[in-house]
Amino acid sequence: MSSDKHAHPARKDLAARVLDRTGVDVARCYQCGKCSAGCPLASEMDFPPSQVMHLLQLAGMGPEYADMALRSHTVWLCLTCEICFCRCPMELDIPAVMDALRHESLRQKKVNPRARSILAFHRAFLDSVRYTGRLFEMGQVVDYKLRSGHFLQDLLQAPWMFLVGKLHLLPERVRDRRALKRIFAGTRQAGEERP
Amino acid sequence: MARIGVFVCHCGENISATVDVARVASEAAKIPGVVHSVDYKYMCSDPGQQLVKAAIQEKGLTGVVVAACSPRMHEPTFRRACAEAGLNPFLCEMANIREHCSWVHEKGEATTHKAIDIVRTLVAKVKKNRALQPIKVPVTKTALVLGGGIAGIQAALDIANAGHKVILVEKEPSIGGHMSQLSETFPTLDCSQCILTPRMVEVAQHPNITLHSYSELEGLDGFIGNFKARIRRKARSLDEKLCTGCGLCTQKCPLRRIPSEFDAGLGLRPAIYVPFPQAVPNKPVIDREHCTYYRTGKCRLCEKVCPTQAIRFDQPDEIVEADVGAVVVATGFDIKHADFFPEYGYGKYKDVIDGLQFERLASASGPTLGEIRRPSDGKVPETVAFIACAGSRDPAKGIEYCSKICCMYTAKHAMLYRHKVHHGRPVVFYMDIRAGGKMYEEFVRRAMEEDGVQYVRGRVSRIYERGGKLVVKGADTLLGARPVELEADLVVLATAGVAQPGAEDLAQRLHVSYDAHRFYAEAHPKLRPVETNTAGIFLAGACQAPKDIPESVAQASGAAAKVGALFSQSELVREPLIAVVDRQAPPVYSSCSGCFLCQGACPYQAIKREEIRGRDGQLIKTVAKVNPGLCQGCGTCVALCRSKSIDIQGYSHEQVYSEVLALLNRGERDG
Amino acid sequence: MKTGFYPGCSMKGSAREYSESLLAVARELGRELPEVPDWNCCGATAAHNLDRDLALALPARILAAAERQGMAEVLVPCAACYSRLSVTRHELLEDEELRRRISALVAADYRGSARVLNIIEWLEAVPDLEARVRAPFARKVACYYGCLLVRPAGIVKFDRPEDPQSLDRLMRRLGAEPIDWAFKTECCGAGFSVSRTDLVAELSGRILEDAVSRGAEAVIVACPMCHLNLDMRRPNIEKRAGRKFRIPVIYVTQAVGLAMGLKTKALGLQRHKVSPSALLAPASVQPAAGATSASGDSPAGAGSPAGERRP
Ligand SMILES: Cc1cc2nc3c(=O)[nH]c(=O)nc-3n(C[C@H](O)[C@H](O)[C@H](O)COP(=O)(O)OP(=O)(O)OC[C@H]3O[C@@H](n4cnc5c(N)ncnc54)[C@H](O)[C@@H]3O)c2cc1C
Ligand code: SF4
Ligand code: SF4
Ligand code: SF4
Ligand code: SF4
Repeated sequence: MSSDKHAHPARKDLAARVLDRTGVDVARCYQCGKCSAGCPLASEMDFPPSQVMHLLQLAGMGPEYADMALRSHTVWLCLTCEICFCRCPMELDIPAVMDALRHESLRQKKVNPRARSILAFHRAFLDSVRYTGRLFEMGQVVDYKLRSGHFLQDLLQAPWMFLVGKLHLLPERVRDRRALKRIFAGTRQAGEERP
Repeated sequence: MARIGVFVCHCGENISATVDVARVASEAAKIPGVVHSVDYKYMCSDPGQQLVKAAIQEKGLTGVVVAACSPRMHEPTFRRACAEAGLNPFLCEMANIREHCSWVHEKGEATTHKAIDIVRTLVAKVKKNRALQPIKVPVTKTALVLGGGIAGIQAALDIANAGHKVILVEKEPSIGGHMSQLSETFPTLDCSQCILTPRMVEVAQHPNITLHSYSELEGLDGFIGNFKARIRRKARSLDEKLCTGCGLCTQKCPLRRIPSEFDAGLGLRPAIYVPFPQAVPNKPVIDREHCTYYRTGKCRLCEKVCPTQAIRFDQPDEIVEADVGAVVVATGFDIKHADFFPEYGYGKYKDVIDGLQFERLASASGPTLGEIRRPSDGKVPETVAFIACAGSRDPAKGIEYCSKICCMYTAKHAMLYRHKVHHGRPVVFYMDIRAGGKMYEEFVRRAMEEDGVQYVRGRVSRIYERGGKLVVKGADTLLGARPVELEADLVVLATAGVAQPGAEDLAQRLHVSYDAHRFYAEAHPKLRPVETNTAGIFLAGACQAPKDIPESVAQASGAAAKVGALFSQSELVREPLIAVVDRQAPPVYSSCSGCFLCQGACPYQAIKREEIRGRDGQLIKTVAKVNPGLCQGCGTCVALCRSKSIDIQGYSHEQVYSEVLALLNRGERDG
Repeated sequence: MKTGFYPGCSMKGSAREYSESLLAVARELGRELPEVPDWNCCGATAAHNLDRDLALALPARILAAAERQGMAEVLVPCAACYSRLSVTRHELLEDEELRRRISALVAADYRGSARVLNIIEWLEAVPDLEARVRAPFARKVACYYGCLLVRPAGIVKFDRPEDPQSLDRLMRRLGAEPIDWAFKTECCGAGFSVSRTDLVAELSGRILEDAVSRGAEAVIVACPMCHLNLDMRRPNIEKRAGRKFRIPVIYVTQAVGLAMGLKTKALGLQRHKVSPSALLAPASVQPAAGATSASGDSPAGAGSPAGERRP
């Protein structure tokens, strides 16, 4: 008899991978629903957080459950506000699970189409950091517009921000650019390809 | 010359699957002194025991080693068999080759070798065993019952009705416990007070029961049949013999704004008070912490109005000593209070209350005379949210276990609310409904079907106040975990049942063990649920785990039956596995040097001084002597004695050394 | 003890006034706040959404640089950066293997010696704050902590996660009267400001709604992201809610600065979308008495909002 309760030699499903990466054992979730009750965006989600946990619990039953979790809009809507983790009676770090699912969803190219603008924003953000080391808000806005196709949105804000001195036309840069290059090169899977 | 018999058991397959039992028997036969060695499928069975008996008689055995399971299981069985065959039972030893060998190792050569070694050590030991006689001690046929809730009351009455004396000790000014606070009880909805108060009165009037209310146990010494209890009777600040319970003092006390414990903080009481009208005894106490006289030295109004001059401001606590033969612990439980819950406002919102407070609101003797009115403004609530599992099943902030009673009392509360406020809307937020028990599921169904209580499955995330309403943020997990927002006028938390605050302290006084949640531990979770690991101390009611009234009462009667069985004997027989101090012929008399280190170390105060005098009466030396009635055989003194003058019978130095030597010398002796 | 300063990207751009007011206050207090040398972006929401190592490496580089400078603590005024830096420090201290891997990635042996400090901790530690108050900030304020100052509680270990009190205590020291409200730690929509402005408008709207319904005259924040959502997204909020909110949103450092009598320009108060001018008029709350004031808000259409709107 094995004493290690995490040793599921047969389990290589998504729940096992989530356990590996986050230390969260979804089997501990007893579906109380408290996370969904407190989640600010539960009503916008296709699967509120407790249901994502349940999909993971069912991952061993067949590939369709893991697939539903990875293709969910939820994982991209999660704001990492940490409310659910803070109140989960089982102390399950749901935001960490959401992070892991996002990464997996990117890797398996299963990003929910409705999350397009959210993902475009994240990528534009990282583009800016990649090239300057810092967030260049002006550059990011332009980049985002190109990636998301939302050309008009927010264009009205830019002149005002510029006026009150909040938007700069030229980026600030980190001097040690090679250091950043190394970081981005070493973490290459990060949102490289366009959606 | 020793003639030892070895009996190796297969224990079905429990041992034989991993240990080569036939080899163990044949190897044992080679050990010097062993004259008989066999193996058998079930040594504990009748034919198995017969093998032992026959060998004793046929081969004239002087010692027996049964290689089988733990002595905790079958040592008594085989010792009895030996006695029946005419061998002193203390010449029989168990070699535990199951728990210590077959169960914890894989099948193989090494495992069999270990089993042989275990047998070898026990053979070496049994050769040095001496015939011993059991010790007899008298039984004091008085029981001490701690806690006067329904469990303690039931246990006390059952024992008293069996004709034994009972001393009942209750910490609070009155007996009754939590049950006295309840309005109506599931699953029958009968009035709690109506069924409880006759029992309380019976306790007060029973000739066999001595009640010490407002009292606590200071200490307990001794052992089964022979305990000595010290009880502190806290000063009531009045002479109970003179007080007639007229209640004038409680009416006249000018201090009237102390939150009443009985009303769970929802009502107020004076400084001199009787917790509730049906209290037993119906005599007030002065709450010295609040009383104006004790705080400022002025007032003494109660003293002036008391028609019998019963008030005694300078009364001291009193310590009472009593000899008792058995103890029933029935000290009950506590609940987590509303200020425990961070996301429900840390007790900030007056209209977020706990279940006991709801009981008081629903009770005719409560602060609202049984009308459901919310604490903040006295309004009758139109919508009441009941939240189950508040703090229970919550490893993060509360406790991980299920408190067991709250599903039922929540259904009861929702029902009572509906009965009292016909247009009211009760909504229960729950995770699971646990209604196992006679008529329990039916009771919950009735709440839903007949009384229209709404059940929403999902744990509430948060409660906050907005415009005089309490916003309850939940989710309905049966509707896709959809968020639910309910505006309630009152929220009742079914808060977790936990051990009472002084539980550890009392456990230490009693030398009983408790579990991780500070509930008292039963001796065996299935087979000995009313006993503790300390002989003569029994458990009843919610001090062992949260439970409802029927279960508490059943356990109390069980504990009382155990006490009755104990008291049915006039003497108790104990194993003679106790310490003895060396005695030998003159001129040495004893190797004890009289340092008496042992005396101070003995946790049971069993060591006395004995003066050895010559024929002329002259003192030769003073040495230690063990009182066999008190010694528990713990061995503390043995470890301390520098001249090795104390031995535990059955575990003497000589026996233990020969066991060790048998292991060390096994190579030389028998290859 | 040397305290470093990590401004983070938004304090150089959209939250410029946060850093202006912080530095003005620091100057007044005689505290030096040297920037962490050659700091980079912490990666914010985007990094941890897309890649775990990146989300750890970016903050690790910052913390390692601070360490190299002998900084015992780093003040991180932006709550979002504070969270990323705290999480990184926690995770790397918990997991030696991970610490080594990330250290290699940022080419520095990160040890975790520098403590990460949020703005409230830094201000709380000013012993004579009360004595420096020239113009008591005598307003009813809604202290808004947002998500990341107090959560995850096991990592940031700051205040209590439900109904926190530290910012309320601080504001009381300035003469303000913090209201008891329900949305102290509810999410404003965070990083969705641009990508899902509709959701931000909804979530931030609920926060403002609760604050004004309980009579707050200002929302006090400690996070550029919260400020962006509650202030710059005001038109979106109002459109979604179908009503106007005049309540200004100011940084805690601006409130401290105002109480210390610093100039509004020095505190960057002119850079807000919703003008805080109402806060500059005579106080409504007697600092000592704590009298209540009428709410400064009105439903849509009724009366005109005080805050002038720039295009
Ligand atoms: C809100 C609520 C509603 C409930 N409703 C129902 C119901 O409808 N039906 C039902 O069957 N059950 C109900 N219960 C459960 C019921 O209250 C318990 O089953 C019952 O009270 C247990 O009895 P007890 O004697 O074991 O413990 P308690 O009632 O807790 O009594 C213990 C007694 O021991 C005393 N004591 C404690 N420590 C010491 C000490 N050191 N020395 C001396 N005395 C001490 C206490 O003062 C108390 O008098 C309800 C419980 C709650 C909380
Ligand atoms: S709060 Fe925790 S236990 Fe409850 S459903 Fe969510 S993840 Fe599961
Ligand atoms: S962290 Fe994500 S899933 Fe959890 S409550 Fe916040 S938004 Fe919802
Ligand atoms: S002396 Fe104490 S108990 Fe008596 S009346 Fe005065 S306050 Fe009440
Ligand atoms: S009895 Fe019911 S309410 Fe109480 S802890 Fe158990 S499941 Fe929860």
